[in-house]
Amino acid sequence: MAPSDDQALVTALRNGDEATFAALVTRYHASLRRVARTFVSSDASADEVVQDTWAAVLHGIGEFEGRASFKTWLFRILVNRAKTRGVREARIVPESSLASDDDAGTDGPTVDPARFTSKGHWASPPQRWEAMTPESLLLRDELVVQLQTAIAQLPARLASIVVMRDALGWSSEEVCNVLEIAETHQRVLLHRARARLRAMLETYKNHG
Amino acid sequence: MLTCQQLAEVVTDYLEGKMNFADRMMFQLHVGMCKHCRAYLNQMKQTVELVAATGKIEAEPMPDDVQAELMHRFRNWKTNKQ
Ligand SMILES: [Zn+2]
Repeated sequence: MAPSDDQALVTALRNGDEATFAALVTRYHASLRRVARTFVSSDASADEVVQDTWAAVLHGIGEFEGRASFKTWLFRILVNRAKTRGVREARIVPESSLASDDDAGTDGPTVDPARFTSKGHWASPPQRWEAMTPESLLLRDELVVQLQTAIAQLPARLASIVVMRDALGWSSEEVCNVLEIAETHQRVLLHRARARLRAMLETYKNHG
Repeated sequence: MLTCQQLAEVVTDYLEGKMNFADRMMFQLHVGMCKHCRAYLNQMKQTVELVAATGKIEAEPMPDDVQAELMHRFRNWKTNKQ
Protein backbone atom coordinates (compact mmCIF):
# COMPACT_ATOMS: atom_id res chain seq x y z
CA MET A 1 0.00 0.00 0.00
CA ALA A 2 1.26 3.47 -0.88
CA PRO A 3 2.22 5.78 2.02
CA SER A 4 -0.52 8.27 1.07
CA ASP A 5 -3.13 5.50 1.36
CA ASP A 6 -1.64 4.65 4.74
CA GLN A 7 -2.05 8.21 5.89
CA ALA A 8 -5.70 8.30 4.84
CA LEU A 9 -6.30 4.99 6.55
CA VAL A 10 -4.67 6.04 9.80
CA THR A 11 -6.58 9.32 9.82
CA ALA A 12 -9.85 7.43 9.33
CA LEU A 13 -8.97 5.08 12.18
CA ARG A 14 -8.11 7.95 14.50
CA ASN A 15 -11.45 9.50 13.67
CA GLY A 16 -13.15 6.28 14.71
CA ASP A 17 -14.28 5.18 11.24
CA GLU A 18 -15.80 1.75 11.81
CA ALA A 19 -15.81 0.67 8.16
CA THR A 20 -12.07 1.28 7.89
CA PHE A 21 -11.41 -0.80 10.98
CA ALA A 22 -13.66 -3.62 9.74
CA ALA A 23 -11.94 -3.62 6.35
CA LEU A 24 -8.47 -3.78 7.94
CA VAL A 25 -9.44 -6.59 10.26
CA THR A 26 -10.79 -8.60 7.34
CA ARG A 27 -7.86 -7.84 5.06
CA TYR A 28 -5.16 -8.86 7.49
CA HIS A 29 -6.87 -11.58 9.50
CA ALA A 30 -5.46 -14.63 7.69
CA SER A 31 -1.90 -13.33 7.40
CA LEU A 32 -1.76 -12.07 11.00
CA ARG A 33 -2.96 -15.44 12.20
CA ARG A 34 -0.50 -17.31 10.03
CA VAL A 35 2.50 -15.27 11.18
CA ALA A 36 1.44 -15.43 14.84
CA ARG A 37 1.14 -19.21 14.62
CA THR A 38 4.85 -19.55 13.78
CA PHE A 39 5.78 -18.16 17.21
CA VAL A 40 3.16 -19.78 19.46
CA SER A 41 2.18 -23.37 20.08
CA SER A 42 -1.52 -23.49 19.18
CA ASP A 43 -4.13 -21.97 16.89
CA ALA A 44 -5.99 -20.70 19.95
CA SER A 45 -2.89 -18.82 21.14
CA ALA A 46 -2.42 -17.33 17.68
CA ASP A 47 -6.04 -16.09 17.71
CA GLU A 48 -5.49 -14.41 21.07
CA VAL A 49 -2.32 -12.76 19.84
CA VAL A 50 -4.22 -11.39 16.85
CA GLN A 51 -6.99 -10.01 19.09
CA ASP A 52 -4.42 -8.39 21.39
CA THR A 53 -2.68 -6.90 18.38
CA TRP A 54 -5.82 -5.09 17.25
CA ALA A 55 -6.35 -3.79 20.77
CA ALA A 56 -2.75 -2.51 20.72
CA VAL A 57 -3.29 -0.93 17.30
CA LEU A 58 -6.27 1.06 18.63
CA HIS A 59 -4.34 2.00 21.72
CA GLY A 60 -1.29 3.14 19.77
CA ILE A 61 -2.78 4.59 16.60
CA GLY A 62 -2.29 8.12 17.96
CA GLU A 63 1.45 7.50 17.98
CA PHE A 64 1.72 6.11 14.45
CA GLU A 65 4.15 8.44 12.69
CA GLY A 66 4.22 6.93 9.23
CA ARG A 67 7.94 6.21 9.29
CA ALA A 68 7.12 2.60 8.51
CA SER A 69 4.14 1.50 6.43
CA PHE A 70 0.96 0.65 8.30
CA LYS A 71 1.45 -3.02 7.40
CA THR A 72 4.99 -3.04 8.81
CA TRP A 73 3.83 -1.27 11.97
CA LEU A 74 0.92 -3.71 12.38
CA PHE A 75 3.08 -6.81 11.97
CA ARG A 76 5.80 -5.48 14.27
CA ILE A 77 3.18 -5.19 17.00
CA LEU A 78 2.00 -8.72 16.23
CA VAL A 79 5.49 -10.23 16.18
CA ASN A 80 6.45 -8.61 19.50
CA ARG A 81 3.36 -9.99 21.16
CA ALA A 82 3.67 -13.40 19.54
CA LYS A 83 7.33 -13.67 20.61
CA THR A 84 6.52 -12.82 24.21
CA ARG A 85 3.80 -15.43 24.22
CA GLY A 86 6.00 -17.99 22.45
CA VAL A 87 8.65 -17.61 25.16
CA ARG A 88 6.01 -18.13 27.84
CA GLU A 89 4.77 -21.25 26.06
CA ALA A 90 8.38 -22.43 25.66
CA ARG A 91 7.87 -22.61 21.90
CA ILE A 92 10.80 -20.23 21.41
CA VAL A 93 13.87 -19.33 23.45
CA PRO A 94 14.36 -15.70 24.45
CA GLU A 95 16.81 -13.93 22.15
CA SER A 96 18.88 -12.80 25.10
CA SER A 97 19.43 -16.34 26.38
CA LEU A 98 22.65 -18.21 25.78
CA ALA A 99 21.02 -20.90 23.66
CA SER A 100 23.28 -21.76 20.76
CA ASP A 101 22.34 -20.79 17.24
CA ASP A 102 22.03 -24.47 16.53
CA ASP A 103 18.81 -24.57 18.56
CA ALA A 104 17.37 -22.03 16.20
CA GLY A 105 18.64 -24.04 13.26
CA THR A 106 20.99 -21.35 12.07
CA ASP A 107 24.30 -23.15 12.36
CA GLY A 108 26.13 -25.71 10.22
CA PRO A 109 25.49 -27.10 6.73
CA THR A 110 21.94 -27.41 5.39
CA VAL A 111 22.56 -30.72 3.66
CA ASP A 112 23.91 -33.67 5.64
CA PRO A 113 27.68 -33.76 4.89
CA ALA A 114 27.44 -37.57 4.75
CA ARG A 115 25.65 -37.18 1.43
CA PHE A 116 28.82 -35.88 -0.25
CA THR A 117 32.15 -37.48 -1.10
CA SER A 118 35.33 -36.10 0.42
CA LYS A 119 35.72 -34.03 -2.76
CA GLY A 120 32.30 -32.46 -2.28
CA HIS A 121 30.45 -34.38 -5.01
CA TRP A 122 27.05 -35.95 -4.38
CA ALA A 123 27.50 -39.48 -2.98
CA SER A 124 23.82 -39.83 -2.11
CA PRO A 125 22.12 -37.52 -4.64
CA PRO A 126 18.68 -35.91 -4.21
CA GLN A 127 15.95 -38.53 -4.53
CA ARG A 128 13.68 -38.11 -7.52
CA TRP A 129 10.30 -36.61 -6.79
CA GLU A 130 7.67 -38.47 -8.77
CA ALA A 131 5.00 -36.43 -7.02
CA MET A 132 5.87 -33.29 -8.91
CA THR A 133 4.22 -34.32 -12.16
CA PRO A 134 0.78 -32.87 -13.00
CA GLU A 135 -0.70 -36.40 -12.90
CA SER A 136 -0.07 -36.67 -9.20
CA LEU A 137 -2.20 -33.78 -8.02
CA LEU A 138 -3.65 -35.80 -5.17
CA LEU A 139 -0.24 -36.52 -3.76
CA ARG A 140 0.55 -32.85 -4.21
CA ASP A 141 -2.41 -31.86 -2.00
CA GLU A 142 -1.23 -34.35 0.57
CA LEU A 143 2.26 -32.84 0.48
CA VAL A 144 0.90 -29.35 1.02
CA VAL A 145 -0.82 -30.59 4.20
CA GLN A 146 2.39 -32.34 5.30
CA LEU A 147 4.32 -29.15 4.66
CA GLN A 148 2.09 -27.15 6.96
CA THR A 149 2.90 -29.56 9.76
CA ALA A 150 6.59 -29.40 8.91
CA ILE A 151 6.56 -25.59 8.97
CA ALA A 152 4.95 -25.65 12.43
CA GLN A 153 7.82 -27.83 13.62
CA LEU A 154 10.57 -25.51 12.39
CA PRO A 155 12.24 -23.18 14.90
CA ALA A 156 10.18 -19.97 15.03
CA ARG A 157 12.89 -17.85 13.42
CA LEU A 158 12.90 -20.09 10.35
CA ALA A 159 9.15 -20.68 10.27
CA SER A 160 8.27 -16.99 10.46
CA ILE A 161 10.55 -16.08 7.57
CA VAL A 162 9.51 -18.89 5.25
CA VAL A 163 5.84 -18.14 5.95
CA MET A 164 6.24 -14.42 5.24
CA ARG A 165 8.35 -14.89 2.14
CA ASP A 166 6.99 -18.02 0.51
CA ALA A 167 3.50 -18.59 1.89
CA LEU A 168 2.41 -14.94 2.04
CA GLY A 169 4.62 -13.79 -0.82
CA TRP A 170 6.20 -10.78 0.92
CA SER A 171 9.36 -9.17 -0.43
CA SER A 172 12.60 -9.59 1.50
CA GLU A 173 12.44 -5.86 2.25
CA GLU A 174 9.05 -6.20 3.94
CA VAL A 175 10.27 -9.16 6.01
CA CYS A 176 13.42 -7.31 7.07
CA ASN A 177 11.40 -4.25 8.08
CA VAL A 178 8.97 -6.26 10.18
CA LEU A 179 11.60 -8.41 11.88
CA GLU A 180 14.17 -5.59 12.00
CA ILE A 181 16.96 -7.79 10.64
CA ALA A 182 19.50 -7.35 7.84
CA GLU A 183 18.80 -8.74 4.36
CA THR A 184 21.81 -11.06 4.48
CA HIS A 185 20.63 -12.57 7.76
CA GLN A 186 17.12 -12.93 6.38
CA ARG A 187 18.53 -14.80 3.38
CA VAL A 188 20.52 -17.20 5.58
CA LEU A 189 17.40 -18.04 7.59
CA LEU A 190 15.26 -18.38 4.46
CA HIS A 191 17.79 -20.77 2.96
CA ARG A 192 17.88 -22.92 6.09
CA ALA A 193 14.10 -23.05 6.25
CA ARG A 194 13.70 -24.03 2.60
CA ALA A 195 16.48 -26.61 2.82
CA ARG A 196 14.86 -28.26 5.85
CA LEU A 197 11.48 -28.36 4.14
CA ARG A 198 13.02 -29.81 0.99
CA ALA A 199 14.68 -32.54 3.06
CA MET A 200 11.34 -33.28 4.72
CA LEU A 201 9.62 -33.61 1.33
CA GLU A 202 12.36 -35.91 0.08
CA THR A 203 12.01 -38.21 3.10
CA TYR A 204 8.24 -38.08 3.03
CA LYS A 205 8.09 -39.23 -0.56
CA ASN A 206 10.55 -42.01 -0.09
CA HIS A 207 8.64 -43.44 2.84
CA GLY A 208 5.18 -42.64 1.68
CA MET B 1 35.57 -24.55 -8.90
CA LEU B 2 32.30 -24.86 -7.07
CA THR B 3 31.66 -28.28 -5.52
CA CYS B 4 28.17 -29.82 -5.25
CA GLN B 5 28.33 -29.36 -1.49
CA GLN B 6 29.17 -25.67 -1.85
CA LEU B 7 26.51 -25.21 -4.50
CA ALA B 8 23.80 -26.57 -2.20
CA GLU B 9 24.58 -23.79 0.29
CA VAL B 10 24.24 -20.93 -2.19
CA VAL B 11 21.02 -21.96 -3.95
CA THR B 12 19.00 -19.28 -2.16
CA ASP B 13 21.60 -16.60 -2.98
CA TYR B 14 21.14 -17.65 -6.60
CA LEU B 15 17.34 -17.68 -6.49
CA GLU B 16 17.31 -14.31 -4.70
CA GLY B 17 19.53 -12.78 -7.37
CA LYS B 18 22.22 -11.96 -4.82
CA MET B 19 25.22 -13.34 -6.71
CA ASN B 20 27.77 -11.33 -8.60
CA PHE B 21 28.18 -12.00 -12.30
CA ALA B 22 31.15 -14.36 -11.98
CA ASP B 23 29.56 -16.46 -9.23
CA ARG B 24 26.34 -16.63 -11.18
CA MET B 25 28.17 -17.90 -14.26
CA MET B 26 29.99 -20.52 -12.20
CA PHE B 27 26.73 -21.62 -10.60
CA GLN B 28 24.97 -21.95 -13.95
CA LEU B 29 27.89 -23.78 -15.50
CA HIS B 30 27.89 -26.32 -12.68
CA VAL B 31 24.13 -26.85 -12.83
CA GLY B 32 24.35 -27.25 -16.59
CA MET B 33 26.82 -30.10 -16.23
CA CYS B 34 25.65 -31.79 -13.03
CA LYS B 35 22.26 -33.50 -13.02
CA HIS B 36 22.25 -33.99 -9.24
CA CYS B 37 22.68 -30.30 -8.56
CA ARG B 38 20.09 -29.59 -11.24
CA ALA B 39 17.72 -31.87 -9.30
CA TYR B 40 18.59 -30.12 -6.03
CA LEU B 41 17.95 -26.68 -7.50
CA ASN B 42 14.62 -27.83 -8.97
CA GLN B 43 13.54 -29.35 -5.68
CA MET B 44 14.30 -26.11 -3.84
CA LYS B 45 12.17 -24.27 -6.39
CA GLN B 46 9.38 -26.82 -6.00
CA THR B 47 9.57 -26.49 -2.23
CA VAL B 48 8.98 -22.75 -2.59
CA GLU B 49 5.95 -23.46 -4.84
CA LEU B 50 4.50 -25.95 -2.38
CA VAL B 51 4.92 -23.53 0.53
CA ALA B 52 3.12 -20.92 -1.59
CA ALA B 53 0.30 -23.44 -1.99
CA THR B 54 -0.04 -23.67 1.82
CA GLY B 55 -0.73 -19.91 1.77
CA LYS B 56 -3.73 -20.48 -0.45
CA ILE B 57 -5.51 -23.18 1.55
CA GLU B 58 -5.18 -21.15 4.77
CA ALA B 59 -7.36 -18.31 3.51
CA GLU B 60 -10.51 -19.25 5.40
CA PRO B 61 -12.75 -16.30 6.27
CA MET B 62 -12.72 -14.81 9.73
CA PRO B 63 -15.32 -16.39 12.08
CA ASP B 64 -18.29 -14.09 12.71
CA ASP B 65 -17.91 -14.15 16.50
CA VAL B 66 -14.27 -13.06 16.26
CA GLN B 67 -15.24 -10.21 13.94
CA ALA B 68 -18.10 -9.23 16.28
CA GLU B 69 -15.79 -9.20 19.30
CA LEU B 70 -13.31 -6.95 17.53
CA MET B 71 -16.01 -4.53 16.42
CA HIS B 72 -17.31 -4.47 19.98
CA ARG B 73 -13.84 -3.52 21.20
CA PHE B 74 -13.61 -0.87 18.52
CA ARG B 75 -16.86 0.78 19.66
CA ASN B 76 -15.68 0.74 23.27
CA TRP B 77 -12.41 2.31 22.26
CA LYS B 78 -14.25 4.98 20.26
CA THR B 79 -16.56 5.79 23.16
CA ASN B 80 -13.73 5.99 25.68
CA LYS B 81 -11.49 8.22 23.62
CA GLN B 82 -14.18 10.87 23.22
ZN1 LIG C 1 26.90 -30.80 -8.61
